[in-house]
Amino acid sequence: MQELVHGLTQFARMNAGPLAFAVVLVALLPLMAGYLVLLERKIMADMQVRLGPMRVGPHGLLQPIADALKLLIKEDIIPENADLLVFWVAPATSVMAAMTALAAIAFGPGLQVARDLNVGILFVVGVSSLGIFGIVLGGWASNSHYSLLGALRSSAQLVSYETAAGMAMVSGLLLAGTLQIRGIVEAQRGHWWFICYAPVGFFTYLVASVAETNRAPFDLPEAESELVAGYMTEYSGFRWALYFLSEYTNMIVVASVATTLFLGGWLRPFASVRWLGFLDYLPPLLMLAVTAYCLVRVPQQPVAVQKWFLLAVAGCCALGAGMLAAPLALAPAKPYFAAVHGCFWFLLKVSAYIYVFLWLRFTLPRYRFDQLMRLGWQFLIPVSIVNVLGLGVALALADRWPLWASLAVTTLATLLIAAYLVRAGGRSTGEPAAAGKA
Amino acid sequence: MHLLDKALFYVFAGVAVISAVLVVTRRNAVHSAIFLITALLATAGIFLQLQAEFLFIVQVILYAGGIMVLFVFVIMLVNLDVALRQVQFNRQKWVAGIVVLALAAQLGLVIWTAGRIPGAGPGPNAAASPAPAPQLQPNAEMVARSLFGPYVLPLEIASVLLLVAMIGAVVMAKRKV
Amino acid sequence: MIPIGHYLFLSLALFIIGVIGVLTRRNVIIILMSIELILNAVNINLVAFARLFGDVAGQVFAIFIITDAAAEAAVGLGIIIAFFRNRETVLSDEMDMLKW
Repeated sequence: MQELVHGLTQFARMNAGPLAFAVVLVALLPLMAGYLVLLERKIMADMQVRLGPMRVGPHGLLQPIADALKLLIKEDIIPENADLLVFWVAPATSVMAAMTALAAIAFGPGLQVARDLNVGILFVVGVSSLGIFGIVLGGWASNSHYSLLGALRSSAQLVSYETAAGMAMVSGLLLAGTLQIRGIVEAQRGHWWFICYAPVGFFTYLVASVAETNRAPFDLPEAESELVAGYMTEYSGFRWALYFLSEYTNMIVVASVATTLFLGGWLRPFASVRWLGFLDYLPPLLMLAVTAYCLVRVPQQPVAVQKWFLLAVAGCCALGAGMLAAPLALAPAKPYFAAVHGCFWFLLKVSAYIYVFLWLRFTLPRYRFDQLMRLGWQFLIPVSIVNVLGLGVALALADRWPLWASLAVTTLATLLIAAYLVRAGGRSTGEPAAAGKA
Repeated sequence: MHLLDKALFYVFAGVAVISAVLVVTRRNAVHSAIFLITALLATAGIFLQLQAEFLFIVQVILYAGGIMVLFVFVIMLVNLDVALRQVQFNRQKWVAGIVVLALAAQLGLVIWTAGRIPGAGPGPNAAASPAPAPQLQPNAEMVARSLFGPYVLPLEIASVLLLVAMIGAVVMAKRKV
Repeated sequence: MIPIGHYLFLSLALFIIGVIGVLTRRNVIIILMSIELILNAVNINLVAFARLFGDVAGQVFAIFIITDAAAEAAVGLGIIIAFFRNRETVLSDEMDMLKW
């Protein structure tokens, strides 16, 4: 017992960094997911030419807190004859899978919970695919027909698009040559980001990841006009909040994987070009620009509370600018330059990817379930397999022909095959081709 | 560190054995499936503790995330409430118990005495990990080199096997042949 | 470090529990799940020896076993579904049409 305690304290001391980062992640994640919901509502409102939540707190900023409080104090309804243990465990499984997947993701050069994992990117994919059990068991344990059907539909969709997502990731991994997350990002340092070498792979991953996270236009299992709310029908209050938390965490996980594989991870644009080194000063300048904009708009506000609100936002942005500028200017903070700036670029790219998710939700109508399955099996999987084949051929010929030539030829071949699949899919059902890159 | 290694092994081993017992004894097939998932994840943990990282992730993705999803789907498709109220163990359970005990005793004896018989191998007390290497070998690369090097023929045969299994499963589950 | 005998006893325990499941349960799906337990026990054995001898061939063999288990589970569950569609039962005692 003595040695066990000693061993544990030694382990904690050796891994203090990752453990602290894990605690920070798990503590901040509900807050981040809640504010992601608010961001989604505000962006949805912006695209629909309205204002979104404005009442609770300045510009609706306390809305997630009000929502969380409401969900926590709601009555906990459990259906009759529901399997209690499984009913309780299912939402927890979804959240556990999503949060564990975040453990292997690197937000910056040293900002990772599970460092040096030899199979880093596969770990993220594998563990987040365990979230399917949360859905299937939740739908089954609710003892309701709608829930079971919704759960089966949702898990069939997830399983179908997992293969396409995996193949799209393989095309990025072929270029990286390693499964370690740090290795994948470092491989993009000397070359362009992998999206330039494998654009078909990136767009396949984009579509597949939208389907993987049950987001529109693939959100049939949880749309309100279909099967009530699918597998979440019988869940109310905090359990529903857990499912929602797992969905938004999955969005962040999927965006992080895409950023790591295709968008250069934590590297700034043109990371190895020295004469573009002035881009290092871009993050603090961006934050200073936002601060200046807020300060300029302060005198134009009619109400005092809005003036204070804008001043608070300006203060936060100035603080951010200071944190970003400190490693550039102050000598004691210089070792943290890579981590701080890397985190900023990583979060910027993840936010851009999630913005595309939100944009798709408010722009495209929903796919019917059979159209969804046809798109997955008859279009995305063949396209991603052909893409991997083409990329493999191009890389194998890399020492004889220039890389850009072989990549251009194989990408063109892949796009031609994709176009043929679109037309063939339309002809076989007699309706205008329902499949196509979203 | 060695102590933490040992603790991890015993924790995972305990979870695996308890989950396995629960798999075999539950009345409800979905509960059995859930406990099989935990048993598989505990086995994956043991693989990770043995520093077989690629096998750990293959176990999680394929076994726990693929085969078990298939099992859970089929259980939900054939779930019969009437099956829950019937006898769970068949008529040969006592004979089977005796036979299994004999098997367990034989195998246990083999493991226990290995090493005391000359020429019978390293013995049960050989440390499962010889002097730790200064740096972890990149496990995925080594497995990949092995798979595409000496063992490429079984790899190709395995892909043919999977194709055959896919066609077989589709044919078996169709409504009219 | 952990002696190899501990891994072998763990593998033996899982194997025995799997064999008991195969021999004594009536529900065919649980019999299939017990077969998966047996295959897992063998995998633990293989990987433990791979670590003992420093040879990665044990892990490669374990990968092939997992592949095999996937194929067998898929076909076996297909057969169960086909049988269930015809006879409405998943209990092995009631699958006795070939008895005379």
